[in-house]
Amino acid sequence: MEHATTLDHAEDVYEPSLTPDSLGKLGMWVFLVGDTMSFGALLAAYAALRAGAGIVGWVPPSEILGINLTAFMTFLLICSSVTMVKALESIQDGNVGRMCDFLGLTILGGIIFLGLQAYEWYHLIHHGLTLTGIPEHGLSGAAIGGSTLFGPTFYAITGFHGMHVTGGVIYLIVILRNGWSGRYTAEFNHEVEIVGLYWHFVDLIWIMVFTFIYLL
Amino acid sequence: MAENGHKEHPKYFRIFWWLLALTIIEVAVAIPEYAVVLKAILLIGLACSKAALVAIYFMHLKFERRTLAAIVLTPFIICVFLVIMLMPDLTLDTRLDGIEKPAAEVVDTLSH
Repeated sequence: MEHATTLDHAEDVYEPSLTPDSLGKLGMWVFLVGDTMSFGALLAAYAALRAGAGIVGWVPPSEILGINLTAFMTFLLICSSVTMVKALESIQDGNVGRMCDFLGLTILGGIIFLGLQAYEWYHLIHHGLTLTGIPEHGLSGAAIGGSTLFGPTFYAITGFHGMHVTGGVIYLIVILRNGWSGRYTAEFNHEVEIVGLYWHFVDLIWIMVFTFIYLL
Repeated sequence: MAENGHKEHPKYFRIFWWLLALTIIEVAVAIPEYAVVLKAILLIGLACSKAALVAIYFMHLKFERRTLAAIVLTPFIICVFLVIMLMPDLTLDTRLDGIEKPAAEVVDTLSH
């Protein structure tokens, strides 16, 4: 037992101290932890309102929201996460051109995602899903009724996520511009890693939103 | 964080295929009609495993020091508590019904 404690202690001593690089990373992580709480609060509020309305009081999401399109949007964000890790991998190997290509693909994925979300919102609003009302007929053609809180919770949560994607695209464009001007090398690339953390977080949140808002 | 220049890169495409497969399973699980509780458990389990894959491999948590993982896990634990604390409100409707009834009786007796 005593032996084990000394070993643990030794492990602590050998941990590298914080450098400017790892401080930036820690800062992003702390921001993401706080952001998790924002999304957690929104989803918990959604759960409370939905459970409060009861099973008959809440329209099944599949009657209003198209799952095929959003499943494709999920796929798109997962792909853009892969191109993001590939961008970081490229610059860690010192390949600036490849990093810029992959960053460009990541940005493209984000922009297509936003475009699809705008398309989805346009159709939903056209269909009658607004902040104060729900459509009279579901996708199956049957008459539907239920809490009008469906609209506001849906738009608040997907809108909050969409704002994060917008911010992420702008952030990525800044990093791509820096990359073009030759700022990053195999030794200096922690800024690419940090934008990656943000981007993967947005992907992670979408995985949760897709499950709770669309599938459940 | 790897201090030594060239590090082994994780096999990101393997993670991609896993995420894709889990997404397809998720949609397949969500479409048919069956017990709501079972569906919820399956879907939340699948979503959490996808989120864990993204955090561990794409966000490199696997290669960070353990203190960071502890910091990152904190909000998720707090979120679970948040939902538990909201539980009393989840049945708010039924409780309001209970309050309204006696109130109506009081109005009734007052008018007589």
